[in-house]
Amino acid sequence: MTQALFGQLLVGLINGSFYALLSLGLAIIFGLLDVVNFAHGAQYMLGAYLAWMGLTWLGIGYWVALFAAPAAVGILGMAVERLLLRRLRGLDNLYGLLLTFGLALAVEGLFRQGFGISGNSYPVPAQLTGAKNLGFMVLPIYRAWVVVASLVVCFSSWLVIEKTRLGAYLRAGTENPRMLQAFGVNVPLMFTVTYGFGAALAAFAGVMAAPVYQVTPTMGSQVIIVVFAVVVIGGMGSILGAIVTGLGLGLLEGAAKFFWPEISGTVVFIAMALVLLLRPAGLFGRQR
Amino acid sequence: MTVRARAVLGYGLLVGIGLAAPFLVYPVFAMNVLCLALFASAFNLLLGYAGLLSFGHAAFLGAAAYAAGYVTREWGLPTEAGLLAGVAVGAGLGLGFGALAIRRSGIYFAMITLGFAQLVYFLAIEIPWTGGEDGFQGIPRGKLLGVLNLDRPLVMYYFVYAIFLAAFWLIQRTIASPFGHVLRAIRENEPRALSLGYEVSRYKLTAFVLSAALSGLAGALRAFVNQFAALPDLYWHTSGNVVLMTLLGGMGTVTGPSVGALLVGVLENYLAGLGSWVTVITGTVFVLCVLSFRRGIVGEVRALVKRSF
Repeated sequence: MTQALFGQLLVGLINGSFYALLSLGLAIIFGLLDVVNFAHGAQYMLGAYLAWMGLTWLGIGYWVALFAAPAAVGILGMAVERLLLRRLRGLDNLYGLLLTFGLALAVEGLFRQGFGISGNSYPVPAQLTGAKNLGFMVLPIYRAWVVVASLVVCFSSWLVIEKTRLGAYLRAGTENPRMLQAFGVNVPLMFTVTYGFGAALAAFAGVMAAPVYQVTPTMGSQVIIVVFAVVVIGGMGSILGAIVTGLGLGLLEGAAKFFWPEISGTVVFIAMALVLLLRPAGLFGRQR
Repeated sequence: MTVRARAVLGYGLLVGIGLAAPFLVYPVFAMNVLCLALFASAFNLLLGYAGLLSFGHAAFLGAAAYAAGYVTREWGLPTEAGLLAGVAVGAGLGLGFGALAIRRSGIYFAMITLGFAQLVYFLAIEIPWTGGEDGFQGIPRGKLLGVLNLDRPLVMYYFVYAIFLAAFWLIQRTIASPFGHVLRAIRENEPRALSLGYEVSRYKLTAFVLSAALSGLAGALRAFVNQFAALPDLYWHTSGNVVLMTLLGGMGTVTGPSVGALLVGVLENYLAGLGSWVTVITGTVFVLCVLSFRRGIVGEVRALVKRSF
């Protein structure tokens, strides 16, 4: 009984770690660029596939992939910002959403064409196999690693943004990019790098997710819709809010799987409806 | 030519093509295009005139298709009742989702509607009578007014066409009405419309419900055309497709969405053998439209005509 409950809560916590990582990236990109990055899911999927392709075709292991795949997707992201998104600056921000939506469709279609819809599995790295019996539940080591690593990445991103000079530029750019440019900061470059960083975060989540879920072309679009709901609930105004909401909703999903399995797929959207009813600006958001 | 004469000529041409269509192309294909055109026109009412980007219109199309199928196949009600059920389900869902979604604007509105549509999609998977992956099959077309046999392709075509024209006229009237003008005012400058004393959220909600109800009509009609309702109707790809049709044809133009629906319909029909390449092409067209073709086909033509006369 409790074993099963804690098992589901752990799965929820892992999902929540991915929600947190992804909504963090979305919030950073949205904050500075005013773009809702629909391609975030595709970038997550790309990360997972790069890891899988690296291992299957080139024999590149997990630990290298954990850094190489985000770097590759980050560079790709910077190219997307520089070549495509930059042209939309000054237009209604709906166009950014539509552009990244088109990109996501195209990328997902390409991978569906290349790999089919059935999933590929990615083995857990040798150092992290096995499980520990904690008495009240059995904890697979890799899952513990996912939660810890995501939390570390999330909180270090938060620290960088809140406490460093670079973060101060980022926050200033979020408030008023023109003023920041007037002070001599290369804001266009900052936009490019920030988008690349967000994309890299998504790919990082993708590599971490590869051994947990099946690597499929649709894994990105499945998760991004939930993450959007997370973002609506948390509001994109606060980085810490995005992290907390992501983890919380993952746990809620896990609890739902145990107590009421039928609604576990929809509980996030139900929570979104409730939040809209009671606190329309979102839990941590400012109305804008 | 006066503007009015040009409009009469344009509409006359469109009506003529519509009348001749079943003799030129496969009627079921023509009917599907008409349903998509109605769907896109309904969507455009919201995006093009109220400036609200919904990413969840698949929910209204798909849920109405299931509802129309259910009341006719399971309860044996006539086709007209099936259409009404579709409209009612579309409007009902639109009222529920709209009331919540309009509490946030812009980008959040899009994400909220996407989430609600996904909720409906998951529900359709869970509910046993929808038939899950197999879809809801064997929807009877029935007899119109108990007399006209809709199983005959031409009869069905002209029935669909008549409904399309009626709905199109309704949308066009709505756009031209004072209500439509207020919607445009809200799109252009919401705080100003509010300060002029318009109840902005009520206008937005009305537009949303109307758009959802007409999308429901399109969905119910399509269920009778194809005689089944299926999960892809509810999938987010469908919501994306209707955005593409509107964008490609020209958002904020009366005829644009129909032109876009025709193009997307042709694309999907003739490229169906290419598998997932269709998705790749759709995505690429999306990107190209957003980058350099934001007025859409009808918008560009209109700008060209304006410049040369």
